[in-house]
Amino acid sequence: MTEQNPTGLRADELIRLSAAQLAEKLAAGEVTSVQATQAYLDRIAQVDGGERGVNAFLHVNAEEALAVAAEVDAIRAAGGAEAEALHVLAGVPIAVKDLIVTIGQPTTAGSKILEGWHSPYDATVVERLRAAKMPILGKTNLDEFAMGSSTEHSAYGPTRNPWDLDRIPGGSGGGSAAAVAAFEAPLALGTDTGGSIRQPGAVTGTVGVKPTYGSISRYGAIAMASSLDQIGPVTRTVLDSALLHQVIGGHDPRDSTSLPEPLADLVAAARTGNVEGLRIGIIKELHGEGYQAGVENRFNDALELLKEAGAEIVEVSCPNFQYALGAYYLIMPSEASSNLAKFDGVRYGLRVLPEDGPMTIERVMGATRAAGFGDEVKRRIILGTYALSAGYYDAYYGSAQKVRTLVQRDFDAAFTVADVLISPTAPTTAFRLGEKLDDPLAMYLNDVATIPANLAGVPGLSLPGGLADEDGLPVGIQLLAPAREDARLYRVGAVLESLLEAKWGGPLLAQAPDLAASAPLETQEAK
Amino acid sequence: MSTDHILSFEEAMEKYDPVLGFEVHVELNTKTKMFSSAPNVFGDEPNTNVNEVDLGMPGVLPVVNKAAIESSIKIGLALNCKIAESCRFARKNYFYPDTPKNFQTSQYDEPIAYDGYLDIELSDGTVFRVEIERAHMEEDAGKLTHMGGATGRIQGADFSLVDYNRAGVPLVEIVTKPIEGAGSRAPELAKAYVAAVREIVKNLGVSDAKMERGNVRCDANVSLRPHGRERFGIRSETKNVNSLRAVEHAVRYEIQRHAAVLEAGEPVVQETRHWHEDTRTTTSGRAKSDADDYRYFPEPDLVPVVPSREWVEELRAALPEPPAERRKRLKADWGYSDLEFRDVVNAGVLDEIEETIAAGASASVARKWWMGEIVGRAKAADVDPGQLGVQPATIVELAGMVEAGKINNKMASQVLDGVLAGEGTPEEIVEKRGLAVVSDDGPLLEAIDAALAAQPDVADKIRGGKVQAIGAIVGGVMKATRGQADAGRVRELILEKLGVTV
Repeated sequence: MTEQNPTGLRADELIRLSAAQLAEKLAAGEVTSVQATQAYLDRIAQVDGGERGVNAFLHVNAEEALAVAAEVDAIRAAGGAEAEALHVLAGVPIAVKDLIVTIGQPTTAGSKILEGWHSPYDATVVERLRAAKMPILGKTNLDEFAMGSSTEHSAYGPTRNPWDLDRIPGGSGGGSAAAVAAFEAPLALGTDTGGSIRQPGAVTGTVGVKPTYGSISRYGAIAMASSLDQIGPVTRTVLDSALLHQVIGGHDPRDSTSLPEPLADLVAAARTGNVEGLRIGIIKELHGEGYQAGVENRFNDALELLKEAGAEIVEVSCPNFQYALGAYYLIMPSEASSNLAKFDGVRYGLRVLPEDGPMTIERVMGATRAAGFGDEVKRRIILGTYALSAGYYDAYYGSAQKVRTLVQRDFDAAFTVADVLISPTAPTTAFRLGEKLDDPLAMYLNDVATIPANLAGVPGLSLPGGLADEDGLPVGIQLLAPAREDARLYRVGAVLESLLEAKWGGPLLAQAPDLAASAPLETQEAK
Repeated sequence: MSTDHILSFEEAMEKYDPVLGFEVHVELNTKTKMFSSAPNVFGDEPNTNVNEVDLGMPGVLPVVNKAAIESSIKIGLALNCKIAESCRFARKNYFYPDTPKNFQTSQYDEPIAYDGYLDIELSDGTVFRVEIERAHMEEDAGKLTHMGGATGRIQGADFSLVDYNRAGVPLVEIVTKPIEGAGSRAPELAKAYVAAVREIVKNLGVSDAKMERGNVRCDANVSLRPHGRERFGIRSETKNVNSLRAVEHAVRYEIQRHAAVLEAGEPVVQETRHWHEDTRTTTSGRAKSDADDYRYFPEPDLVPVVPSREWVEELRAALPEPPAERRKRLKADWGYSDLEFRDVVNAGVLDEIEETIAAGASASVARKWWMGEIVGRAKAADVDPGQLGVQPATIVELAGMVEAGKINNKMASQVLDGVLAGEGTPEEIVEKRGLAVVSDDGPLLEAIDAALAAQPDVADKIRGGKVQAIGAIVGGVMKATRGQADAGRVRELILEKLGVTV
């Protein structure tokens, strides 16, 4: 692309702006939303499809996105009160994880069972994006019903990691993370049940935030595990996450678990600029053994920088975290087995009739679910159904809930000595496609550092910590704060990000390979 | 339909002691549904009172209806229950197409109300205390209509239609503890218990309480044990017994059926039974065991319901007088006989009579008007007596006119017709229709002379002492005066004229 806009920015420069930078240029009239939106649509067309495309998008929403962009441009051009009232992110495009329902676009949850289904209603977060007049570029790929850590469990093919197309982009929100990392979108929405925002963020060199449980309405996010699920921002900078969190967060009467109080000023927190005197706690159980050396090194670098910036580094112990993964893999499938019961072919989505034998409702439901769900989904439904069964409930679901309480207590204790906790986001960098597909337990271990936050409902943020020495792939640093203290994550995260970028001489993603160079334009088509 | 062998009720009672248990589902009449903002309205076009929540669309979440919580607490208080300080909803998981999410959001181990009782008065005047185990909140399922097939049941149907208008309608399920010691009064107690629950929820205003619409639905559990044995027998659960009469009949039938099974030395099967009104029998439904596994777990999409003590006490203070106590009070105040009072209750005019008395009528006059005049008219019009629109003040006015001798009872009845036809106030109608007791003897004497002249043989009979023949002459006078004469006065004048003293 060589077409120039008034600022003289080339399209490939435009798409590399952060959302905050783009918003400034839009407000200043240096670039239009249509130009930005078109640049992203072109980028999607260029790198997303084809044999070795990123495959971050399941649906591209070009027409509507451009219409919204044009509307914002018209309002800005007209000036006056309406232009003044435009949201700071108005005209900044965004991609939405395909677990979140949208009017006017299909929502598949990455599953065959919802192929072709269109929601009759918008998720609350989507309503808020529309209210802010943010063009929605499309829906991003995910592990089926968000069950997975690699996006390989999508019924629509895996997403590739823009850093290395033979590697996984993390999961379940690999599509959103890859879209942002590959400059196919400046912002994306994800959902995080056990790390599905943070772990993809870690392995793609992007920022991902799982807010405090209840901070963002879940209405319209297709539930995997209701007590763990949380929608959150997927971006390239900490400030961008704060900006997006501010748009989508806040109380929603349609979600009973939504927190009643108004959001803190998260954007201001991201702009605080210092961590002096803050106590940052290293969780003894979440680094060291089992963590890749390169991950450990980058983690230690981050600690050094924070210390130099005036933070006090303390060590905390959370002894019950060792049971968190086990508890998670009982609670999550239990809730999922019930949440996914509604997909039965009766009211919407796929309906498969049994090939022979009597045509009873049970057999139609059975045939539909057998054909519509993939293996990982079936695995978790079976696990959850078993864990909730009479005679097993206390031993499995009941015990897991007790562990959950203990994990919460570990956090409570840790937060008496530390303001913020820190750990690597994931134990390893991105693994190769197919590497762990046949080993569910190895796959589940990817979430060992992210799961405790979901069990306790506390917020977590992952930001790029650099590249691992041994494989040159991104490493994520996770920050954790007490419930309702999301602002602390943005404050510490933004400071650490600026220290790291100063060290690297720019954003980490600037070091990512140039996908455009390897993707011949003529083979790409917008899907 | 049924080929069950049954014993006579008397035979059954000779050997066995019935133990009962009831689950009564009450549909609340809240404006919206239990967990969604869709309207809670009966009888609309199928699948119109639904939104994405009721249809279980992907991504939806429930929100508890506060009005339903309030109604549930009122029911709990009226059943003398304790109200939980905090309680949760749970998911009852099972696949069935009338349940859009394939789980029902209900309460499991944390009901909103528990440990109550209800005193039931039986026809012989004894009071039987039924212990309430719990009253919990849940949502109703949709309504399935099975098309084709002989039975109207899902088995053998060609296809089924589902109406989700009812899905999500708030329900309170009231569960009794096992009811022991009712003996041969068990069927009567069953009916009286359900009637009492129905009356309570109606009196509270929390349900339309129409059994024919399924607002109140009863599942009746019956088991038998030989006299003297402590341990309960195996129970059957007869589902959806939806009229008071049917409750009585179903319990009686199940007692007779169980007795026959036990007499034959066979085990009673733990199962659900279907009630058939036409044959007054039950048939086997599906086998049910305590091991039915609904995989209950706390509903993670809802937060606990925590009714403040202040709120509960406010609701308690505002409860209406319990129907049974009110009846006792009114019967004593009004001085009706047992039979008179029962007729009034059965006719459903207790409120109306109370209001009429409050407006100034005596208890006997109020009863006479409502039972003698208005109930019959309501029956003819096929409406409830209260729906005819008769104002208490109208009755007081009419009764006053009769008492003053201004009109007689027959005229008063005509005036009531006029009032119901919208012709005006009683005063206006009397005026307009020219209805007034003729009290001037002059015109009466003329009419009497004419009547005696027309029937001289009757006049002779009366003179001869056959006073009972006077009716024919009175009738002639009344006819001539178009009913406006005071019949008593006419009789006096005739006897006077003929010189007969009685």
